[in-house]
Amino acid sequence: MSYLIKGETADWELVIGLEIHAQVISNSKLFSGSATAFGAAPNSHVSLVDAAMPGMLPVINKHCIEQAVKTGLGLNAQINLHSVFERKNYFYADLPQGYQISQFLHPIVGEGKLVLDMEDGSVREIGIERLHMEQDAGKSIHDKDPRRTFIDLNRAGVCLMEIVSHPEMRSPEEAGAYVRKVRSIVRYLETCDGNMEEGSMRADVNVSVRKVGETDLRTRTETKNVNSVRFMMQAIEYEAQRQVEVWESGGAVDQETRLFDPDSGETRAMRSKEYAHDYRYFPDPDLLPIELTEAFIDAIREQMPELPDQKKKRFMRDLGLSAYDADVLVGERETADYFEVVAQGRDAKAAANWVISNLFGALKAAEKDITSSPVSAEHLGRLLDLIADDTISGRIAKDVFEIMFATGQDPVLIVEEKGLRQITDTGAIEAAVDQAIADNPDQAEEVRQGNAKAIGWFVGQVMQKTQGKANPQAVNKLLRDKLSS
Amino acid sequence: MSLDTTTVRKIAVLARIRIEDEKLPALADDLNNIIGWVEQLSEVDTDGIAPMTSVAEMTMPFREDRVTDGDDAERVLANAPDKSPPYFTVPKVVE
Repeated sequence: MSYLIKGETADWELVIGLEIHAQVISNSKLFSGSATAFGAAPNSHVSLVDAAMPGMLPVINKHCIEQAVKTGLGLNAQINLHSVFERKNYFYADLPQGYQISQFLHPIVGEGKLVLDMEDGSVREIGIERLHMEQDAGKSIHDKDPRRTFIDLNRAGVCLMEIVSHPEMRSPEEAGAYVRKVRSIVRYLETCDGNMEEGSMRADVNVSVRKVGETDLRTRTETKNVNSVRFMMQAIEYEAQRQVEVWESGGAVDQETRLFDPDSGETRAMRSKEYAHDYRYFPDPDLLPIELTEAFIDAIREQMPELPDQKKKRFMRDLGLSAYDADVLVGERETADYFEVVAQGRDAKAAANWVISNLFGALKAAEKDITSSPVSAEHLGRLLDLIADDTISGRIAKDVFEIMFATGQDPVLIVEEKGLRQITDTGAIEAAVDQAIADNPDQAEEVRQGNAKAIGWFVGQVMQKTQGKANPQAVNKLLRDKLSS
Repeated sequence: MSLDTTTVRKIAVLARIRIEDEKLPALADDLNNIIGWVEQLSEVDTDGIAPMTSVAEMTMPFREDRVTDGDDAERVLANAPDKSPPYFTVPKVVE
């Protein structure tokens, strides 16, 4: 599957690299003991270190290092035993230090790779260049005063992981799949909550274009401010199209930072900042290098949960699920856990069907997610048992499911209270069948003449008379016996 | 290595320090003296020796992940030249 933009002079391909900023889940900040919790009163989660008061010294949070290493292992990446914090110097109102403590020449995590399963069944491998740790900045609020910007430093100093890919993605879809995969992995690992709307995961998108066949890279732009996968894909499409038009009209793309505007779906150049990229990195004299031991890394490796790729393989191999079903179920850890409870000791394919078709459909319509599902995994499992032991038919099960979704009740109770138990008593079914034949002599004659389709019509009649409670196989068999000429 | 006045002006801009043009040549001389002095270090043969970032023979101490600070906006804001509690305020930054 190749994504190309047709120009006047040539076909153009996309070259996309992503920098994902993922906020680390921790109680306290990277270099200070103030809290990281979201939504607190302005400047209440700020220490004198975060506010960069003179003489304050940073002391590193061990848990943040463990989280970065864990994420690195999840990205199949090299963990560097030696890494160094450096100062990235720039002035901005929400960066009180005048520099961001980051890692530059010696990041904590090096080369890794991610495998993407694309919708068309193809598999793409995307290289990870590095993961490094750094401080988040504070927040600027521009709409409180016409002349002033307000600054809240609650976020200043929270630990971020910057995950940098190689420029190996070739379409908006691949970039989307990549971000979803990274999000899925950090959520499985509980190293980042992956919430793009609240900004705890953000992506900067590097895009360039080149003529098919060219091997060198052309000038790229970096687009910031994309806070959803959909917006990111839109930004890539727009930006690639824009660049093709610039090249084809004889111009040249400028290396610049652009902002995505979700309202228009367009990107625009940020006001150019002279010297903006002159960061003058140098090792932070307040911090010694991080020296890790193999034992430290092994201890983290031992705590690694089963990751989405492994889970997917297990679902296919041990439970016989299709690649598609397995993929849908493992995307979110909560969904996979829910499914495993439903499937435990039952027909896994039936369980997958119910979770994917019925439950997801109902959740989507009700704008809920799996964690707020009114139907518990235990209850859905019991519903499957009721179908499996012929207590109810598959058709009645759908009705029971609707009641479960609305009330949160146990299906066993619902079936008892509403009298939905399937009629397996052959006598009662036979009476209904006889009645239907007696009431409709013309149709009965048609069936006897060999019109097999009319049998279906009779099944419908009998089911209606029994409020759907008759066992459809039994009805079918009886009708065939009685109407065979 | 020698700095010219253009480079000195650029450094001043990056450091957000305002310097009048007539002061640039003298400043360039001062900085060149300092650099010249430090550059004597390059006389030492350092081939094959890894760069050193600290003279302390120790590894970095780690902190446990506990909340031990914060909840003191008043103190944090105490020295702010301009504020609208509980916020710091600065001249409008528009992007």
